Formats: sequence, structure tokens, C-alpha cells
Amino acid sequence: MTEVTITVNGDAQTHDVEDRTLLVHFLRDHVGLTGTHVGCDTTQCGACTVHLDGKAVKSCTILAVAVDGAEVRTIEGMAEQGVLSAIQQAFKDHHGLQCGFCTPGMVMAGADMIRRYDGQLDEHTIREELDGNICRCTGYTNIVKALLSAAESHRATAS
Amino acid sequence: MYTYEFSYHKPKSVEEALTLFGEFDAPSFLSGGHTLIPTMKNRLAMPDALIDLRSIPDLQGIRRNGDRIEIGAATTHYETSTSDIVREAIPALAALAGSIADPQVRHVGTMGGSVANNDPSADYPSAVLSLGADVVTNQRVIPADEYFDGLFTTALEEGEIIQHFSFPIPESAGYAKLCSQASRYPVAGSFVSKFGDTVRVGVTGAGSDGVFRWTEAEEALSADFSAGALAGLLPDAEEMITDLNGSGEYRANLVAVVTRTAVEHQGTANVR
Repeated sequence: MTEVTITVNGDAQTHDVEDRTLLVHFLRDHVGLTGTHVGCDTTQCGACTVHLDGKAVKSCTILAVAVDGAEVRTIEGMAEQGVLSAIQQAFKDHHGLQCGFCTPGMVMAGADMIRRYDGQLDEHTIREELDGNICRCTGYTNIVKALLSAAESHRATAS
Repeated sequence: MYTYEFSYHKPKSVEEALTLFGEFDAPSFLSGGHTLIPTMKNRLAMPDALIDLRSIPDLQGIRRNGDRIEIGAATTHYETSTSDIVREAIPALAALAGSIADPQVRHVGTMGGSVANNDPSADYPSAVLSLGADVVTNQRVIPADEYFDGLFTTALEEGEIIQHFSFPIPESAGYAKLCSQASRYPVAGSFVSKFGDTVRVGVTGAGSDGVFRWTEAEEALSADFSAGALAGLLPDAEEMITDLNGSGEYRANLVAVVTRTAVEHQGTANVR
């Protein structure tokens, strides 16, 4: 067992874990945050997407021990004081989900692309950038609408 | 899914990494891990120790060094794709890096990991071979023409570590690929580099022996650098991969298509 400290949504979380523990299992089984989902477990579906030191990554393919000392943000860290983040609100407003299983990953990947493009996103770019997130309900139309709306809000806030 | 048990180590120097490598029965070096960890989760690999190379300074950074650029082995695809140095010197290489897998994978996967693994459908080997890069290890400098040695096989010896890649800067270069709709790996990808009168073509995803130089196309393009110069040329279908993505004949034709596209779109990556 190795002692690992990862700051999750602002809280330092120290746990003794096996070296083979994946970041997603650190979050779900040790920290108790189950909003980060395990979908495919083969680095394809993106349901496990979290922000690692500010960048979107697939937490099913990262060892917890390898990111000792890092900062992680999960879907639970997106709302502030009970108020949904702009991107979460956009998913709600545009019904950007069907079963909801992929939604945490979609929101985290979406927030990451809005950050990288500073909100300068069109439909084509959003669809390309969602390459790493799969919605098995195939509900992409409203997911893309939600992200276009969230990107627009970002531009309005930034200007 | 859980891997078999192993111990994890994060050395701060190449020397420390080599010492660790000698202490275990079946150690493996780890970089981005975006091939190795899925392989271990499927229990198709069972190293007893992972030696993470990403904290070693010698494997980091992107530098312009005279008429070459040097990219550390631990550089992520995202860093390569967004580097001003790479974009300015070899824009097609930056574009290729930005076309690998998806954004989350590009944030973690590394050039060293990809080239050490030498997956026959990986993107980077085509660029390393086409550009004639040097693979600089802790032991020696391996020219690209002597580095790739068949499927998942390279000139690297046991315990040899890639430190960085040294790329000559071409007059121009371009990359084109057709991706599998399911895996998004290239079914065929072609990287075409022009150095004055010399043209080099590196093809990935298609050859049954892994990445290869398409020398007939190189000769034709060296004489006349235009898509038309490739008219009627096809690689040998017998030497192409046949799988559920297509037959050898299909792939041979596709190699010609993506090579023409790469010639026509120098300075970019054309992805379909």
C-alpha cells in the first residue's frame, strides 16, 4: 500500500491505496465520489473524465499513485454553493442527456474544451472535440446544443 | 477492471530508472500509459514493476536546436500539438499530434511511449520515419531508418530509454489519414516530407510489417512533387494488412489516396 494525497475539489484526500489503484477507483471507492462513472473501462467512452491539474483526462487510465500531489476536479466540484455551473445549467436547459450515464464525462470534457477554445466553438468543432466521449443513447444533438449555449455564455461573461 | 499487482516507481533520473529496472524480474517503463495500462487491465501484460519516466528532466521539453527541433520523450501529444516551436518549424507534425485519439488521451499520451510501443496503427511512427528523425536514447543515437523493426518491435534493447527525438526541419511536410470509424486509429496514414529534391514517405496503419517507407512514391515525388506524379502507383497489396477494416487491395489503394492527399495538403494533417 502507498499513501497518496490528491486534492479533490479543493479538499486534500489522503488514502492508503494499492499501486494498481486507478484514479477513478480512488475517487469512487476511497473518496466516495461516485459521480465519475466507469463506462467502457477501455479509455474510449469518456464517462470517467475528470480534470487533472486543469486538463480533462480519462481517470480509468491513470494510476492514483502517479498523480500523488495533483489537483483533481470532478463533476461534484462543478456546482458552487448549490448553484449549478453555467455548463451544467446549459445541459439542464437543453435537455442534454437521456439516461444520464455519460453526462458527468460530457460536462467535464465540455468545460475543458470551452476553456481551451475560450468559448470560440462552433458545432463542427464541438463534435470533433467530443471524439473521446460516447453517449450510448446517441443523444448528441442536445449535448451539442448545450455546449454551444455554454460556450456562448462563456464568451458573454468573458467580454 | 484491475491489473495484476505491481509496484510503482517514479525515478528522477535515467540512472535511477536503470537501477530500478535491474531490481525486478519483469519491469516495464511507463510513460503516458494509454496503451500499457489498458493492456494491463485486460491482463494481457503483467509487469511486476512500473517505472514511470515522466519526472525525468532529460525526457522533457521541446527545443529548437539549430536546424533541428528536439522533443522530449515524455512530451504529451497535447504539448506537441500546441507548441509554437513545432507549429512554426513542422506544422504537419503539430497537426498530426493534434489528430491522435481524443483530447483527453492527448493530454496524457506521450511521443516516447507511442514510438517505443510501435503499434502498426500509431500515427507518430510515420512522421518519425518520414522526417528521418534521430531517436536519442540513454545509450546511442538511432536513425529512424534503423529504429522500426516490425510490429511492436524496435531497435531498443532491454532497459534502453528514449530520451528525446531530434527532427530535421523539412522544406514542407503533410500528413493524411483515414481513421477506422470505431477505433479512430488510422486504417492508413501517410506522412510526406520534402527536403529540397529529396522526398520521404512514411506509411502507417497499412503495412503488414508495420510502418514503412513507400520508396516508389518517394522516387516519383522527388522527380515531380505533385499528386499527379503518383498516378498509377500502388504499394504491393500482398504486403498490406488484411483485416475487418479492409483487404490488402483496399489498403494498397488507400495508401495511394492518403499519400496524394498529404502531397496536396502540405503543412497540415488531413483527417477523415
